[in-house]
Amino acid sequence: MEKSAPKLLLTSSPFLKQQEDTPAVMRQVIFSLIPAILAGIYYFGISGILVIAASIAGAVGTEWIYLIGTKKKFNSIKDNTALLTGLLLALTLPPGIPLWMAFLGGIVAIALGKLIFGGIGSNIFNPALVGRAFLQASFPVALTTWSPISDFSGITQLRGHTFALPFVQSKIDAITAATPLSQMKFDSHLTELTHLFFGSSAGSLGETGAIFLLLGGIYMVLRNYINWRIPLGVFFMVIIFASVLHGVDPVKFAPASFHLFSGGLMLGAIFMATDPVSSPITHKGCWIFGMGIGFLVVLIRTFGGLPEGVMYAILLMNGVTPLINRVTQPPIYGYVKSKN
Amino acid sequence: MKTFRHGIHPGDYKDLTRHIAIERMPFTDELVIPLSQHLGAPSRLLVKEGDKVYRGQIIGEPAGFVSIGQHAPVTGTVKAIEMRHHPSGKLVESVIISRDPYSPQTFYNEHAMEWESLTPGELISLIQHGGFVGLGGAAFPTHVKLSVPEGKKAKFLIINGVECEPYLTSDHRVMLEQFDDVFYGIRILEKVLGCERFYIGIENNKDDAIALLNKRIPADMNGEVVALQTKYPQGAEKMLIEAVLKREVPSGKLPIDVEVVVQNVGTIAGIGMMFRFGQPLIERVVTITGPGIEKPSNLLIPIGTKLADVLDYCGGLKENTRQVLFGGPMMGAPQVYMDVPIMKGTSGILCLTDEEVTIREEYPCIRCLRCVDACPVYLNPSRLGALAKTRDYEGMLGYHVMDCVECGSCSYVCPSNIPLVQRFRVAKALLREKQAKQRKAS
Repeated sequence: MEKSAPKLLLTSSPFLKQQEDTPAVMRQVIFSLIPAILAGIYYFGISGILVIAASIAGAVGTEWIYLIGTKKKFNSIKDNTALLTGLLLALTLPPGIPLWMAFLGGIVAIALGKLIFGGIGSNIFNPALVGRAFLQASFPVALTTWSPISDFSGITQLRGHTFALPFVQSKIDAITAATPLSQMKFDSHLTELTHLFFGSSAGSLGETGAIFLLLGGIYMVLRNYINWRIPLGVFFMVIIFASVLHGVDPVKFAPASFHLFSGGLMLGAIFMATDPVSSPITHKGCWIFGMGIGFLVVLIRTFGGLPEGVMYAILLMNGVTPLINRVTQPPIYGYVKSKN
Repeated sequence: MKTFRHGIHPGDYKDLTRHIAIERMPFTDELVIPLSQHLGAPSRLLVKEGDKVYRGQIIGEPAGFVSIGQHAPVTGTVKAIEMRHHPSGKLVESVIISRDPYSPQTFYNEHAMEWESLTPGELISLIQHGGFVGLGGAAFPTHVKLSVPEGKKAKFLIINGVECEPYLTSDHRVMLEQFDDVFYGIRILEKVLGCERFYIGIENNKDDAIALLNKRIPADMNGEVVALQTKYPQGAEKMLIEAVLKREVPSGKLPIDVEVVVQNVGTIAGIGMMFRFGQPLIERVVTITGPGIEKPSNLLIPIGTKLADVLDYCGGLKENTRQVLFGGPMMGAPQVYMDVPIMKGTSGILCLTDEEVTIREEYPCIRCLRCVDACPVYLNPSRLGALAKTRDYEGMLGYHVMDCVECGSCSYVCPSNIPLVQRFRVAKALLREKQAKQRKAS
């Protein structure tokens, strides 16, 4: 022909594509956790860093071995989801937990939380919470032993049994503290709101400072990474239910603000419940899902045997998600009127 | 501002040609007129090799109701009648005409038509023989949409000036430069349909066209320009009806079932021109654009002109061009043969380079549901994609894959780079094939 024709590609439309891919989205979610991570490290020192590292190592390592074993492409490492799972799990753990437990939790989160369902996208439950539920059931003492907070002066000090050997009872008695939730539950003692807000109270690594989690949450909503209806649904129901109870007996039942800002509620509502894989696909469903979590959290915290209920509330609602999806499916275009 | 629900916001990329006036492309030496440029039966051949033909002369007649006339776009000689490459990738029987270099290329039939005394049926027949199809890209015969079935009524005529495909500006330029033809065409269609009111839907990234048409609506006509929020795929018939009238076309039904007929603005202008000057559909406005072409333009091109000639006229392709599309970037069809002709449904030629054409790695679906929020017909592309991956096409039927309008919004938004609409097209084609087989068997 004429001049040498350029090499043309034959593919199918569309040829325009929005640029942000899954690894980038996951990176952004991890970025929005940074305030909470930094707060955790500030309050709980080097133990915090080590727990996060151990949990991520367990999660990513498991994914990696699975990929090698099944000879799959390395997509599910590259998409950062295993990293995020490990990180989220670490943030729910007590800062003084032995590292081997955090590592084991990471393994279980990926293996039982995700891989046995067929990998990312197929899991029914939030993998990080599956890991935590496993640890809670296996090591109830370690999972409810809380270290007191400190500030920068304590950054190099280890908390609790960080380097305890697997399955060996530690001889050293670590200093422990009670969380605001257990103080409320067992002593009816109400922690001040400012402590809850800025995280200066005992608790899990990344759960104590509501403000830091809220910051990350607002960022994610603005960038459309999470469905805002879920956290709002949780908050809404917690406020309603807790206020009713508080109105009945102000001494026995904590006010809504306490429920809202204590324990794992913020982390759970903003980062765990909004896991796209295990939450509903319809907007209406997200409202139901969020409100269901809020209701269960207050129910478990107030009337259950445990001081904290966020984890089980989310896992239970994860289980109902397929049902919610089926019930809330909106009619597709052209089907509403054809019935008339 | 009015719009439909869901949809996406890709950039519009129209600045390349938005302000460039329509220019007539010179006649080339050889033109290829496929007898099938439309949905429906190929036209029946009326000429043979060696025949002299005049510009505007009918060379193919409708071979049934869903078929149209074809005309010689230039005065010249029928050089051959043979199988030629078609933009769809198939080989199609085509009339090859070599131009008479000494002809002034005037119309074969050059006078206004006396139409006011004609019946709707006669007007429809004229439009069918005039070779009109939807110029927006689907190339569905215009007269079929104008033939309102017994017992139904076309209350509203919607003129589609949305042009929601990024890059394309041919409809935009037609509205700015041929508004007289547009309004004349509307008069014809109002007579055919007996409709009460017309609406011209235009997205608000074409402010100048909205303002101009608003000002120029003749005082005796009952219609209005509807400014729409810029959103893809608003130019899809069903979405446009929803945006303008808030009416939903029932699944499996046609716009006429909600008393609406939609026509592309370019088609209307073409019909207006035929009744004003007697010229059938032998040329159209095409946007030649994209980072891969030297001189982006809006050209008035005789139908049958070869792609290579058009690209040459626009300065040729840049070296790093990787894709040449007929149509826009969302629903266009890539071309590999440079000798394919410009057809009646060719709204644009888009040349993309290495920069835009990237093959992306596919990640697992994380059910972020951006596709669900994008789908203009409320399907669940995430679920459909999972079913398509396991080739559970029957299962896809249950999730209404046949209602998919193939707009590509789901593929556009997917952060996991899953080729959703591409898989749905395959599924729909296979399902249709299967249904046709079953119908034959029973």
